[in-house]
Amino acid sequence: MAKPRRPQPLLIRITHWINVPVLAILAMSGLQIFLAYPFFGPRGAEYDWVPLSGWMPPEWIRAGGWLAGARHLHFAFMWVLVINAAIYVIYLAASGEWRRRLLWRNQARQRYNRLQRAAYTGALVLGIAEVLSGLAMWKPVQLHRLTWLMGGFDGARVIHFLAMLGLFGFVIGHVIMVIVHWRKFPEMITGGKREDA
Amino acid sequence: MRRRDAFRALAGLGLVACDTRKPHKGALGAVERFNENVEGVLLSDRAASEDLELTPLEAFPGYHVAPAIPQVPHDWYLTISGMVSKPLKLSLDDLRRMPRIDARIRHHCVEGWTAVADWGGVAISELAKLAGAKETAYVEFRSFDAPSFESRGYWSSWDRASAFHSQTMVAYQMNGQPLSAKHGAPCRLYGSVKLGYKLVKYLTEVNFIDRRTGGYWENKGYEWFAGV
Ligand code: HEM
Ligand code: HEM
Repeated sequence: MAKPRRPQPLLIRITHWINVPVLAILAMSGLQIFLAYPFFGPRGAEYDWVPLSGWMPPEWIRAGGWLAGARHLHFAFMWVLVINAAIYVIYLAASGEWRRRLLWRNQARQRYNRLQRAAYTGALVLGIAEVLSGLAMWKPVQLHRLTWLMGGFDGARVIHFLAMLGLFGFVIGHVIMVIVHWRKFPEMITGGKREDA
Repeated sequence: MRRRDAFRALAGLGLVACDTRKPHKGALGAVERFNENVEGVLLSDRAASEDLELTPLEAFPGYHVAPAIPQVPHDWYLTISGMVSKPLKLSLDDLRRMPRIDARIRHHCVEGWTAVADWGGVAISELAKLAGAKETAYVEFRSFDAPSFESRGYWSSWDRASAFHSQTMVAYQMNGQPLSAKHGAPCRLYGSVKLGYKLVKYLTEVNFIDRRTGGYWENKGYEWFAGV
């Protein structure tokens, strides 16, 4: 007989709430880094088509104060993100929770509807794209195969920026849904009442 | 202590640990040293040899810290010194007579832009051999580019493995032409394994030494290792 479980297991709640400030710090320090050269593509062959190229992010959405400070923040919190995300993904896989939460056709009782599952799967994919394109820019010469896969340093920079915008879009929609379904919110903190799986 | 004070002290501690104005200190400094180890492990001697498209020369930026583009002093020569058995003073012609290495390399600036050029010059390992350098852990590079007349010039210090990478060189050619004043004439440090600010232009000294001596931007707070 399956053990009674909470609708929101502890590890999912912990990794979810750690993720919120960590992603905010990464996005804000990233925008401080972006400000140093807010254009895409190699010198002399810029990619003008990338949305927001030339944009100067205002101070209130930047973190780190200056380029070196922001880079140190970014390269410190990237590890927190990677460790937190690894715990989340391993837990989802090992516990079978992914069947109820991600976009896969199967028999298990779903926790979320299709739209929610599509959004959560999309956020996970964007997060992975963010980590891989970030690593490709951090070590474009040593991790040259990864960087090649991302379309070179300049391709990785575009992917990194667009995936950041995608994550931003997800969070806006996500928070609106949370407000609409505000009754579900306490479960994300307390875990909710134990139920049969 | 009231609870509110305890909270405030804790928040303060967090801020000191992550003071982005002094990023070599506190928690950020500790992670920087951890990252240096990761970067050291990742560093391989593989030559960067991708099929790259040259950047038009006029689109290749040239930065310096002096108020105007630094001009070559009339008594210029390159000294190779530090822990060496035979300190050297080399002219540009001396360098030209030594074995030359050539490489097409993508430049990675800390600001986020890239640019590609062909570079030709003398490998640091070749200079080390010629001067009889000891196996020092670091190599320091100094320049005559200085923010003012009284101040010391731009400099950077490197870990040995990066300095002895097969493409790390004293470059005197860019795209097959003599180096221009904008790009660091008469010669500059170039290579494929570091960010742009480690590639010292307007070179005057190569010193084989056994301790780190930071660097111009590194001492202001930028990463010391800065590998790519
Ligand atoms: C393992 C995770 C990550 C790594 C290794 C990483 C690495 C990097 C690197 C190396 C840069 C500098 C690129 C440059 O020189 O211009 C950068 C910039 C940036 N990062 Fe990340 N990053 C990571 C995660 C994230 C996340 C999760 C976000 C957002 C939610 C983010 C947002 C940004 C932004 C907006 C920039 C500035 C764009 C640019 O100028 O290229 N990063 N990141
Ligand atoms: C202030 C911001 C946020 C609030 C208030 C919030 C709140 C919530 C709540 C209440 C749920 C449970 C939804 C339900 O049971 O119907 C949830 C789930 C979720 N949230 Fe958030 N969230 C926030 C930010 C984020 C961010 C930044 C991400 C990642 C990009 C994220 C990713 C997720 C995911 C993937 C789930 C599904 C649960 C799981 O399987 O992990 N959330 N969130």
